[in-house]
Amino acid sequence: MTGLSRRRILGSLAAGSVALAAPSIVRAGAGSARVVIVGGGFGGATAARYLKLRAPQLRVTLIEPARRFYTCPFSNLYLAGLRSWESIGHGYDGLRGAGVELVHAQAEDVDTRLRTVRLSTGQTLGWDRLVLSPGVDMRWNALEGYDEAASLLAPHAWKAGPQTQLLRRQMEAMEQGGTFVMVIPENPFRCPPGPYERAAMLAHYFSRHNPRAKILLLDAKDNFSKKGLFQQGWKALYGDMIEWVGLTDDGQVTRVDAKALEVQTAFGQVHKASVLNVIPPQKAGFIAERAGVVDASGWVPVKAESFETQRVAGIYALGDATIAAPMPKSAFVANTQAKLAAAAIVAELTGRVPPVASYANTCYSLLAPGYGISVAGVYRAEQGGIAEVPGSGGVSPANADAAFRAAEAAYGESWYAAICADIWGR
Amino acid sequence: MRAEKAGLRIFKRFLMAFSQLFVRSFIALVGMGLFLAGPARAADLSDDSASILAGNCVNCHGPSGRSLSAIPTIRGVNEEQLRVRLMAFREGRDAGVTVMTRLMKGYDADQIAALAKWFAKDRAP
Ligand SMILES: Cc1cc2nc3c(=O)[nH]c(=O)nc-3n(C[C@H](O)[C@H](O)[C@H](O)COP(=O)(O)OP(=O)(O)OC[C@H]3O[C@@H](n4cnc5c(N)ncnc54)[C@H](O)[C@@H]3O)c2cc1C
Repeated sequence: MTGLSRRRILGSLAAGSVALAAPSIVRAGAGSARVVIVGGGFGGATAARYLKLRAPQLRVTLIEPARRFYTCPFSNLYLAGLRSWESIGHGYDGLRGAGVELVHAQAEDVDTRLRTVRLSTGQTLGWDRLVLSPGVDMRWNALEGYDEAASLLAPHAWKAGPQTQLLRRQMEAMEQGGTFVMVIPENPFRCPPGPYERAAMLAHYFSRHNPRAKILLLDAKDNFSKKGLFQQGWKALYGDMIEWVGLTDDGQVTRVDAKALEVQTAFGQVHKASVLNVIPPQKAGFIAERAGVVDASGWVPVKAESFETQRVAGIYALGDATIAAPMPKSAFVANTQAKLAAAAIVAELTGRVPPVASYANTCYSLLAPGYGISVAGVYRAEQGGIAEVPGSGGVSPANADAAFRAAEAAYGESWYAAICADIWGR
Repeated sequence: MRAEKAGLRIFKRFLMAFSQLFVRSFIALVGMGLFLAGPARAADLSDDSASILAGNCVNCHGPSGRSLSAIPTIRGVNEEQLRVRLMAFREGRDAGVTVMTRLMKGYDADQIAALAKWFAKDRAP
C-alpha cells in the first residue's frame, strides 16, 4: 500500500465515517475481526476507545465486572478529603457511545488454541486478538499473615474501591495522637510514588483532624520515586508528623498480625499501629496466568514494539500486569501503551506497516493543596527491550519556588481531567 | 573495486558528518530564535507513527489536544509556532516551564515537526 493511500484510509478512519476497506480484516471474518479486551481500567478502556477510533468497523468487546470504575489516581486525594468519592468514578456510557460492546462480567479462563475467553456468566467469547489489562492482584501470604481476610482489618487500599473507603473510615475513627503505620513493598509494584503521596495526603488530613497523630512508613527499600522531593515537602508542610524507615534501618516488614494491628520487621522489632495500611507484594491479574502469558516473576513479558505478549501470539498485555521497566506501573504509561497496541493491532489486521513505538509518563503527586511534584519520562522500543530516551525525563527541581509547586499541583488536576476524558469521557 | 568502495565509504562519511553538522546548526539556529532554516521535515514519519507521538500528549492536553483545563490547548495552533515552541522547550530555554522541557527532550527535531504538523490540523484523535 502506498503512503498516499494509507494516509487516505487513515484520514477516513480518523473521521470515523468511511468503512475500512482493508484486506486482512476481511480475511479475518465476515467483514470485521473481533478484538476482546479484559479489564476496563486505564489500559483496557484506552485500548477499546482507540481501536474503535482507528478502525470503526472492528468489533471491540470490553469485559469489565464493574459498572463504574473508581480510579486509583486521586484516591489519595479522596483519603485526604480533597475529592469526593464519586468524583473519581467513571462509567462506560462514553465508550458505549463510541461503539464499544461492554460485557459486565469477569473473565475466568482463556483458551489460546480455540481463541476463546470464558466469562463468569458462563458465556464464551471468540476473539481474533485478545488484549489483557487486568492490573495487579495481591500476592496473599507472600508477607506472612497478610491474606485477603487480613485486608479487611488492615486494608491495602491499593485497588480503588471498598478498600479505599474502609481505610478512610479507619482514619476518621483513629484515636487522637494515634499512629498510622503503612507497610511498603519492594519494587516492582503499582505506582512507585503512590505510598509517599498517600503519606502526604494522610498528613494533610491528620493535621486538621488529629494534629498529634504520627505516620510511620515501614519500607522494604532504601530508595523510592521522587525521594528527595517527598522528604523535603513532608518536612516543610508537616514537620515531624511523617517518619520514614528504609530497609537499612530495619524498615522491612516480614510478618503482619492484622487482628492485633502489629507488624514485625526483619530484625524482630514490633510496631503497634492504631490504623494499619499494608501494601503487599503484587503480581499480574490472575487472568494473565490463565492465558499462559506470565513468566516465573508473575508478570507478563511483552514485545517492546507492540505489547504483544512474548509467550502467546495474538494476545497483547498492557499496563501494570506487564514487564515494561524502565517504565513505571502508572496510569499514564498504561494509556500510552494501549494507544500503541491499538495501532499495532489495527496495522497487523489490515496488513499495514506498524507504527514506530513511543511511550511517555508524567506522574504528578500532590503533597498539599497547591503543592505538586512530578516525574516524567519518554520511552521507545530498542533492540531487546524498552529504553528511556537518553536525556529525557526526570523529576521536578529541588528547591523550586512556591509558584512552580502550585503550577504542578494545578497541572496534576488537569492531567486527571484530561486522561479520564480521553478514556471514559467524550 | 575495493578502492571504489573505500571512496564511497569516505563520501558517505562526509555526507553523514555534513548532515549531522547541518542538523546541529539547524537546532542551534532555531535555538537562537532564528527560524531561517525553515521547517524540519516530518515527511519520513508515517501518519500512524505521528499519531502515536500525539497520543502521548493528549492525556494532559485533552482529547485530540483540546484542553479542558489549565493546560494549554494544542489543537489548531499554527504549525510553525508550535514547532518553534516545542523546540524551545527541548532546548530548555523557556523560563518557568515545569514538565515540558523534560518531556520534549525525549523527541528529536523530526518528531517535533511531525507533532506540530499533527496538531495544526483539525482532526481526531
Ligand atoms: C494510590 C494510588 C495512586 C495512583 N496514582 C497514580 C497517578 O497519580 N498517576 C498515574 O499515572 N498512576 C497512578 N496510579 C497507578 C494506576 O492506578 C495504575 O498504574 C493503572 O490503574 C494501571 O492500569 P491497568 O489497566 O493496568 O489496571 P487497572 O486500571 O487497575 O484496570 C484493571 C481492570 O481490569 C479489571 N479486571 C481484572 N481482572 C479481570 C478479569 N479477570 N475479568 C474482567 N476484568 C478484570 C479490573 O476490574 C480493573 O477494572 C496510582 C495507583 C495507586 C494505588
